[in-house]
Amino acid sequence: MAIGETIRNSQIWKSIFRHPMPLDRRNRIVVMLTNFFLHLHPVSIKKQGIALSFTWCMGGVTFFLFMVETVTGVLLMFYYRPTLEWAYNDILALRDVTSLGILRELHRWGAHAMVITTWLHMYRVFLTGSYKPPREFNWVVGVILLLLTLLLSFTGYLLPWDQLAIWAITVGSNMARATPFLGYEGPGQQLLTIGGIDMITDKSDARFGLLGARFVGEETLNRFYVLHCIAIPLAVALLLAIHFWRVRKDGGISGPL
Amino acid sequence: MHASPFFLSDVAGFLGGYYAFIAAMNGVFAFLLWRKYGQPGWAITWSAFAGGMMVLASLALSGAPSLVPALPDSVRTVVNALSGPVLYSLGTMALFTVLFIFRKFFVQPMVAWTILNAALVLMGLSMADQNFAAIVMKPDNVPIVGLVFLLAFFTWVATKQAVVNDERIARGEPPMEKVNDEKVLVWPDLVYTELICMVAVTAFLLLWAICLPAPLEEPASSVKTPNPSKAPWYFLGLQEMLVYFDPWYAGVVLPSLVVFGLMAMPYLDFNKQGNGYYSIAERKFAYLTYQFGFLVLWITLIILGTFLRGPNWNFYGPFEYWTPYKVEVLNNVDLNQMFWVQWLDMPLPRAATDAPWYSQLGHILLREAPGLALLGLYLVALPPLLAVTIFRGMFAKMGFIRYLIMSNLMLLMLSLPLKMVLRWTMNLRYIVSIPEISLNF
Repeated sequence: MAIGETIRNSQIWKSIFRHPMPLDRRNRIVVMLTNFFLHLHPVSIKKQGIALSFTWCMGGVTFFLFMVETVTGVLLMFYYRPTLEWAYNDILALRDVTSLGILRELHRWGAHAMVITTWLHMYRVFLTGSYKPPREFNWVVGVILLLLTLLLSFTGYLLPWDQLAIWAITVGSNMARATPFLGYEGPGQQLLTIGGIDMITDKSDARFGLLGARFVGEETLNRFYVLHCIAIPLAVALLLAIHFWRVRKDGGISGPL
Repeated sequence: MHASPFFLSDVAGFLGGYYAFIAAMNGVFAFLLWRKYGQPGWAITWSAFAGGMMVLASLALSGAPSLVPALPDSVRTVVNALSGPVLYSLGTMALFTVLFIFRKFFVQPMVAWTILNAALVLMGLSMADQNFAAIVMKPDNVPIVGLVFLLAFFTWVATKQAVVNDERIARGEPPMEKVNDEKVLVWPDLVYTELICMVAVTAFLLLWAICLPAPLEEPASSVKTPNPSKAPWYFLGLQEMLVYFDPWYAGVVLPSLVVFGLMAMPYLDFNKQGNGYYSIAERKFAYLTYQFGFLVLWITLIILGTFLRGPNWNFYGPFEYWTPYKVEVLNNVDLNQMFWVQWLDMPLPRAATDAPWYSQLGHILLREAPGLALLGLYLVALPPLLAVTIFRGMFAKMGFIRYLIMSNLMLLMLSLPLKMVLRWTMNLRYIVSIPEISLNF
């Protein structure tokens, strides 16, 4: 008790938390306004807006899973090397010999869970009509986030470099070669010729752009690794910030203004 | 059949735990009914059920073929023989229709609980089948089993509240959400809920990670194509669509339209009611459209693609061994073939190979005239026709552009089930087929 008191009266503690413990009404309001992590929230909220039967907490769980994926992902990056020589062996070692190899399990199951919770969050937002004015634009941001979540999962699927990985990505990315006009097997690509020379070939079409090669190989592994670890997470982080900010600006999670 | 003599003893521990879990779940439920809700009659019923589950658990733990509870061979054979893409699609559609129409009955807690238990027991009995277990217990398929139960649960949660709200609105009362709108402080009410959720999710994820190793197959080999080759599970609905459409449509255009349609939704839905509370009656059209797209076209096709599509993307019953030697007859015919050859008894219109380009084009257009006319009727003539008939009220409220986008998105979404029906009934392959520019529809 006395130690707690001493700590809370120390200069260090007071430099971090500029108010007493949030035990009375005033300090419960102040804590929301002065804490960086908490200021994402409003100070007070409709009771309905936090009822679990209403929200299912799925948006929050999705965000939490994104943080779990970030932390476990960064830790896995210390270990895993995205090259043909090492990728599979590193994952194998994570499974069989490495301490804390369970990080990979957490990362993979967390990723599956995140896809599911994103769908459930969207389902709830639809069923409560929360996409209606004034939240139309935030719904659009949410749809892009859904797409990016699927792309995060899809790019990560390749990294273990096992049979499951490369063939799932091969099947998935084969679609791109049928892109109208831009895929070399797509409708209309025959029409894009200059002086009898095809513009769209298997070395210049949408699939090549996605894979960095004509088939899933080392270039693809590198490309997907960078997309998975840097490019898409940065885009997601930016859109998440907009998503949350708009929830505040649009007057909470649902209902007319 | 491809039975391993050790299969049942291998899964005995899992199945025993599984039935014991159902028993525990029902024990807790019975206790709550007795102490909290004062329903001793129901409490006794569910305790008896829990006792039955304990019996099943001990039978399963024995691991002996004669004792482990399983579906009789005859039932499995009949299910396998009956199941196919047609019955699966129509069956799920019928199931959703019944659930929707009689939603007031199905949302009652006792009914929902009975259905949940029935589903769990059926799942346990099926799990004693080696072929079923081999697919369902594949590590990357486990999340889909979870998804099915979670979706069922949350659909129940939402529908239950919507039924209550719709009854209140019909009586002229506000929905429950509006009754409950006093303000509370975020600290502690929301912050603590979030903390508890985080702890619960972490615990759940740790448990999952400890119990189930992440999949890792043989090292990648670009010369050894697995059969079947499947995309990640969340894209299997799209892969299933490849049965009915070419990749440019099923894999590129339709998914883009799904994303576009989702983004356009808040701008197309002009209905101001049902904003911020669960309701079905106030927004039936939007509700049914979304549910058709999400539950029927997205989720059930993922389940079909994951659990029921085997080697060569052939359909396999839930208890069927995935033999790569299953042969399915493919005798699909293009519409141009049907029209010119089968009905008019003429050869397909074809220009001479050295004919000028306009003659070539003319012949192609003539050859595809029936398909192009059908498509034109469907996408160009149908929207105005609907606007003056069943969508008359909507057209007036939406205006021309919004109506045009909504009706075309709607028709393109329906192109999938329509193509399925045409395939099943007429073996139709392509409505329009212009291989000259790789355009098949």
